Amino acid sequence: MLRDIAVTCLAVFFIGLSYGAIAVASGFPLWLPAAQSVLVLAGASEFLFIGIVAAGGNPIAAALAGLLVNARHLPYGLALPDITGPEVTGRGWRQMAGTHLMNDESVVFALAQDDLPRKRAAYWACGLGVLICWPGGAVLGALIGSAVHDTGAFGLDAMFPAVILALIVPDLRTRLTLRAALAGAAIALIATPFLPAGLPVLLALVAVLLLVRSSGVTPEAGATTDTGATPEADGKSGECPVGAR
Amino acid sequence: MKDTTLVVAGMATLAAGTYAFRLSGQVLRARISFPPRVGKLLEAATVILLAALVATTALTEGHGFSGFARPAGVLVGGVLAWRKAPFLMIVIAAAATTALLRLLGVP
Repeated sequence: MLRDIAVTCLAVFFIGLSYGAIAVASGFPLWLPAAQSVLVLAGASEFLFIGIVAAGGNPIAAALAGLLVNARHLPYGLALPDITGPEVTGRGWRQMAGTHLMNDESVVFALAQDDLPRKRAAYWACGLGVLICWPGGAVLGALIGSAVHDTGAFGLDAMFPAVILALIVPDLRTRLTLRAALAGAAIALIATPFLPAGLPVLLALVAVLLLVRSSGVTPEAGATTDTGATPEADGKSGECPVGAR
Repeated sequence: MKDTTLVVAGMATLAAGTYAFRLSGQVLRARISFPPRVGKLLEAATVILLAALVATTALTEGHGFSGFARPAGVLVGGVLAWRKAPFLMIVIAAAATTALLRLLGVP
């Protein structure tokens, strides 16, 4: 697991390089991507913020657009209460720090683990790794500037989606989840030309309805898993869309 | 850079708002107790979000199509992941496929 997290953080570092380089090339001073990468710590929204402001947009409007992109962190927190919640990490500063470390990578690594201690370890390891690599990449990229401007030539832009995809593949082996995920992806793609960035991904959540309908709302209904679980096996073994691996 | 104060205000808004999003999901979850079934659905919702994120980052750039090279690389990574290839191989194969296609002139 740690090696996979290291690979992911390295990919984040490379994307950070291009982020810092693009920010400086767009006319921002070094401290802006540096501060933003630590304080916001959410890559896609930072790219968007820089892009809108560089194009002459109002910074507050750019921040709101970035917030739209980051709204997906709310459902993340809703789904992973055990990882940053007070019952596990303690209260006070540890929970506050753990909250800041929430991002696509740390969430997906936590999700991919089987038990709670491993989920927690993966979340913190990946979160801290990103906290080092993202700002580190951004500062170095800003310093060496245009030398790394064209990261497209190395295919680095394919790394982020590939990392996330690789980590959700175990969940996608459950047929119901796969169907819902494909539907969600289709919804997001269809909406992308028409909606501001961030909204299409949120709209994909509509696909959850497929799971609600297929599995029924009562605990006993819909025990049609392909995992071989029998309804008698436990009190309420309904469909288990995630984690049946 | 234009108005430094305004840009800093924008950055602060983005940082504070993002932190609020990160926190509010957890706070909501701590306040409301869901039945286990709903907990599973929320976890599935995360997978759907991530799948949509994969699709949009692989296939789109801005409001349009990203070109063929990037989704082709991601597809290669996905196939390798499905066949349980090592993680490092998946990530490198995705980047290498995209880079190779661009080298060959594929957009």
